[in-house]
Amino acid sequence: MSETGYAGRVTATAAAREAIAALCAAAGGPVMFVQSAGCCDGSDPMCLPDGELLIGDGDLLVGLLDGCEYYIDADLYDVLGRPRLLLDVEPGTPGGFSLAAGDGLRFTVRVLAPTPHDPKETP
Amino acid sequence: MKYAPPGAKDSVVLVQPRYENFIGGKWEAPTTGEYSVDLSPATGEPICEVPKSGPQDVELALDAAHTARERWGATTPTQRAAVLNAVADAIESHAEMLAVAESWENGKPVRETLAADIPLAADHFRYFAAAARSEESSISQIDEQTVAYHFREPLGVVGQIIPFNFPLLMAAWKIAPALAAGNCTVVKPASPTPWSLLKLMEVIGDIVPAGVVNVVNGPGAEIGKALASSKRIAKIAFTGETVTGRLILQYAAQNIIPATLELGGKSPNIFFSDVLAAEDDFLDKAVEGLVLYAFNKGEVCTCPSRALVQEDIYEEFMGRCLERIRAIKQGDPLDTATMIGPQVSRQQVEKIASYVEIGLKEGAELLAGGHRAHLGGALKDGFYYEPTVLKGRNDMRVFQEEIFGPVLAVTTFKNEAEALEIANDTLYGLGAGVWTRDGSRAFRMGRGIKAGRVWTNCYHLYPAGAAFGGYKVSGIGRENHKMMLDHYSQTKNLLVSYSDKPLGLF
Repeated sequence: MSETGYAGRVTATAAAREAIAALCAAAGGPVMFVQSAGCCDGSDPMCLPDGELLIGDGDLLVGLLDGCEYYIDADLYDVLGRPRLLLDVEPGTPGGFSLAAGDGLRFTVRVLAPTPHDPKETP
Repeated sequence: MKYAPPGAKDSVVLVQPRYENFIGGKWEAPTTGEYSVDLSPATGEPICEVPKSGPQDVELALDAAHTARERWGATTPTQRAAVLNAVADAIESHAEMLAVAESWENGKPVRETLAADIPLAADHFRYFAAAARSEESSISQIDEQTVAYHFREPLGVVGQIIPFNFPLLMAAWKIAPALAAGNCTVVKPASPTPWSLLKLMEVIGDIVPAGVVNVVNGPGAEIGKALASSKRIAKIAFTGETVTGRLILQYAAQNIIPATLELGGKSPNIFFSDVLAAEDDFLDKAVEGLVLYAFNKGEVCTCPSRALVQEDIYEEFMGRCLERIRAIKQGDPLDTATMIGPQVSRQQVEKIASYVEIGLKEGAELLAGGHRAHLGGALKDGFYYEPTVLKGRNDMRVFQEEIFGPVLAVTTFKNEAEALEIANDTLYGLGAGVWTRDGSRAFRMGRGIKAGRVWTNCYHLYPAGAAFGGYKVSGIGRENHKMMLDHYSQTKNLLVSYSDKPLGLF
């Protein structure tokens, strides 16, 4: 779904990339990220074994992080104003069925301020 | 008054250093041999250790549930109701202990757990005891000699995953109907709040037959998934966020079992001009109705986190509300004077701070709060956030995403049509509030809002018997009502012919 033109809207901190590398090494392949919404752990980036969530037409691929796809529901991404996102790790327990980002660590996502270099939105 | 923290020598709550899973009526150590530390958000200090179970422990819990399944499923409604009523009695007689434990682990003020969480949990078991007793199957006369009998039969063993915001009440919402319908259950509490349900099992473990209720704690990625994707459950219920909700539906599809989901909301709370028409109790109630966004520190799926105020009363009405918000007492959740306690975890309070920052960057105006609250003394490392109000527009991110904290996004509307449009301009549809002295308008708005529950001239009431569940992405199914018995049973139709005559076809 990268033809929608939003791939590359997510970047990762060095700590997040380190966590991704460790998860990929353990899994012998990539993991996947899907940004959640709603109750409790809403808006958390859920990290799942690659292919664990069946991706549908309503999902948007917004980033590729060291070979790992990052998806968000397209309607959700719209109402959030299509921000650029930064994947990071922080101390804590992962929400839902998400994999941890290492012992005692979880993934988190931060919203980056828009820059003049952001690609123009296409309908 | 102030309750002593659980574990302190004068506390009403005894704390063991380490807890186990509750499986088959016994306390069982996790097969992993691993434990994690459960923290109190009030101080950031440990309460106890709880199992960090693995999929093998889920299998053991399922073994126990399947062992108990036939016998429990064959009990009469009278027998099941007696157990549920005894559970309610036990909750009631340990109400103070459970309220303090719940408050200390989750951070919610003890005034709320004493007045709402625990009494409602007890009442929920009584409601489903009554529902089970009064349940009647149906008979249809197809023709003079053919009768269709409809019996309701239990599903068997179900899986239930509980959220962290009302660890005991949401467990009651799920366990009571499952048991009333004759099922056994394996329950996974939320990772931030694994302990209070174990305290409940200490209280009711001898009342419920062994294996009927089993509790397993551990990481969602391992045991949550193992439970939800197990071929040995006949139904799964979940409250939480949307991606895990989708995973649950996916696993349910793979096993062809039903699922009920409650996935949150961004509930509008709408105040029409006429609330200010008189200086009376109703106006006072409406002001409190707006401030209820801070109930349970905003960690409520139906948090009225979007206030829509008619523009001609905005200044006056918000002035009164802000005064009430400034009077909110934040502090030790075990102090009965405290109105708002700490958020459930460090990550939650940090997330809230980042949302407020996003709101301000988007141009929202800060009317109250906006910072982490740093309380002194024993609470200095607690996860507190000030009750916050942001004024802005409904297209801002803080109006669209569930923050799960004490953050109100307020905006104005001109007329009823615009109020309805803004109310429905959200991906969610769980709750809503409408405040007006005009009954016809309240009815029109109530029917027009696309949400499963529209509180009319009230908010945050959760009586058993009022169906609760979502429209749109807020979920599937209705809890808190006897219709939940449908979600926990299957219909057996006996189609019986009383005629001796053959069909004559062969």
